[in-house]
Amino acid sequence: MSQLYNVSLSPHIRAKDTTRGIMLDVLIALLPPMATGVYIFGIRALFITLLSVASCVGWELLYEKLLGLKVTVGDLSAAVTGMILAMNLYSSAPWWLPVLGGGFAVVVVKCLFGGLGQNFMNPALAARCFLLISFPKLMTAYPAVDGVSGATPLAVIKDGGSVPLMTLLIGNHSGTIGETSALAILIGALYLIIRGVIRIRIPAVVILSSALFIAGFGFIKGDAVTPELILSHILGGGLLAGAVFMATDYVTAPVTGWGQVIYAALIGFLTAFIRLFGGSAEGMSYAIIISNLLTPLIEKLTAPRPFGLEKKEAAR
Amino acid sequence: MGGGLVKKAVERLYNGIIKENPTFVLMLGMCPTLAVTTQALNGMGMGLSTCAVLMMSNLIISLLRKFIPDSVRMPAYIVVVASFVTIVDLLMQAYVRELYGPLGLYIPLIVVNCIILGRAESYASKNPPAASFFDGLGMGLGFTVALTVIGAVRELLGSGTVFGLRVMPGGYEPVSIMVLAPGAFFALSVLTALQNKLGAPSATNKGSAHCDGRCAGCMDRSCSIGAELRETTRDGRSRG
Repeated sequence: MSQLYNVSLSPHIRAKDTTRGIMLDVLIALLPPMATGVYIFGIRALFITLLSVASCVGWELLYEKLLGLKVTVGDLSAAVTGMILAMNLYSSAPWWLPVLGGGFAVVVVKCLFGGLGQNFMNPALAARCFLLISFPKLMTAYPAVDGVSGATPLAVIKDGGSVPLMTLLIGNHSGTIGETSALAILIGALYLIIRGVIRIRIPAVVILSSALFIAGFGFIKGDAVTPELILSHILGGGLLAGAVFMATDYVTAPVTGWGQVIYAALIGFLTAFIRLFGGSAEGMSYAIIISNLLTPLIEKLTAPRPFGLEKKEAAR
Repeated sequence: MGGGLVKKAVERLYNGIIKENPTFVLMLGMCPTLAVTTQALNGMGMGLSTCAVLMMSNLIISLLRKFIPDSVRMPAYIVVVASFVTIVDLLMQAYVRELYGPLGLYIPLIVVNCIILGRAESYASKNPPAASFFDGLGMGLGFTVALTVIGAVRELLGSGTVFGLRVMPGGYEPVSIMVLAPGAFFALSVLTALQNKLGAPSATNKGSAHCDGRCAGCMDRSCSIGAELRETTRDGRSRG
C-alpha cells in the first residue's frame, strides 16, 4: 500500500473549456456581422471597431498595471466587450466615443466590481447606455448607406412606415455597425450553437416573447398587427444581435434553466414595451441591462432543490 | 475660560469639516447630497441652508436639553428643527428666488435630514449651548464643503462650467449623464475612493493607522466610534 492516491474535493471531472477558448469562439462568431457592417458602412466602421477593441484592452491593461493586479487581458474578454460595444455604435461616431465607452465598460462596470465574472451587468451594453444618455445627439446620428441618409428601420416603423423584409435580412440599411444584417447574425449564432458556447434557449425565448408582446401591445395600441410588422421588429434594430450576443453573456444571465426562460421572456417583454410605448425607437439594450439586474432574484426564485430535501426546507 | 471656549470651537469646527465630515466620513444626509448637487452653486446653497438650520437647532436643543423628557425627545427635536426649516424656507422664497427654484423642493426635507437629528441626539442633547452651536457650524460647513465639491465635479463634467463660469475648452462635449441621477453616484463614489486612497479620514479609514474597521474587540480608547459603541453596550439600548 505504498501508492499515493490523489485526494481532492469535487468536481473530479472537468471540461476542457477555457475562458480564452470561449471568448475566441465569440470573437469568431462576431466576425460575420461586423464584416457586413464594414462592407455596408465603409472603412470608418472598421476604424471604430478596432479603436473600440483596442480601448477596452488598453483600459483593462492600464487598470491592472496601475493597481498591481494580475493582468487578465489574455482571456480576451475585454476584446469581446470592445467588439460588442462597436457593434452597438454608429460608424459616424467621433473617435473618442468608443475610447470613453470602452473605459466605462471595462473600468467602471467590470474592473471596479472585481473583474470578469463579478460584473453585475453587461459591460458593453452599460457603456452603450452611458453614451446614449450622455451624448444623445452623437449616439443617434444615423450614417448614410449608399450615399443615402436614412433613418433606421425601427425609426421608420415607429413613424408608421415599413421597410422591405429582404433589406432587413441582408442588412443594407442604416443602423449600428453590427446590428443591420439579420443573416450575418444568424450565421454567428449558428456557429456559437454548434460550438456549444451558447444554447438556443435564451435567444429563442427572447425572440418568441418579443414577437408575442409586440403583437399584444400593438393590439392594445390599436395598430394594424401584421406578420410583416412583427418580422420587421425582429429583424430590424438590435433584437437579434442582442438576443444572440448580449443576452447570452454567462456572467449576467441566470444559470438555472427556468431562470433563463424567465430572464429571456422578461427581455422580450421590456423590449416590446419600450419600443411600442417608449419615446425612443429601440429598447433592446435597456431591456437587457434591466434584466441583468434582476438575474440574482430570478436565480433565487428558480434555485434547484437539493436532492432529498422537502420544498420548504430547501427554501430556507 | 474664554481661551477654553475658542479651543473648543476650533476643535468642533475641525471635527465637523474634516475629521467627521458628515458626507464623506459619516455618510449621512445622502438624499440632498445626491439630489441637489447638479451644480456647485446648488450644492453650496443647500449646504448653507442646512448649516443655518443645524446651528440654530443645535443651540436651542442644547438650551432645552434639561427640560425635554427622554421619552418624547424625538418629537421635541422635530418641532425645533421644523420651525427653523420653515424660517429658512420662507426667507429663501422671499430673497433668493433664483436659488429657491432648483432647491425649493428639497428645503422642507431638511427636517428629516439625518445629520440634523443625529447631531441633536448625539451632541446637542449632552453638551452646553456654545459648544453645540459650534458643533452645528462645523458640521454644517463640512456638509457645505462636501456638497460644493460634488456639485463642482458634476457641473465641470456635465456642463463644462464651474459656478456658471466656462472652464472646459470650446470643443468639450458635456457628459450629460453627470448632471443626471447616476452622475451623483459616480462623483460621490470616486471622491470617496480618492479620499480612501489618500488616507484621509473616511468611512473606512478611521484615522488611526491600526484601525481595520472591525470595531468589535478593538481596544483603542481614543476612538470616538469605539467610545459610542462601548456606551451603547453599557446602556443596553440602541441609539437609532
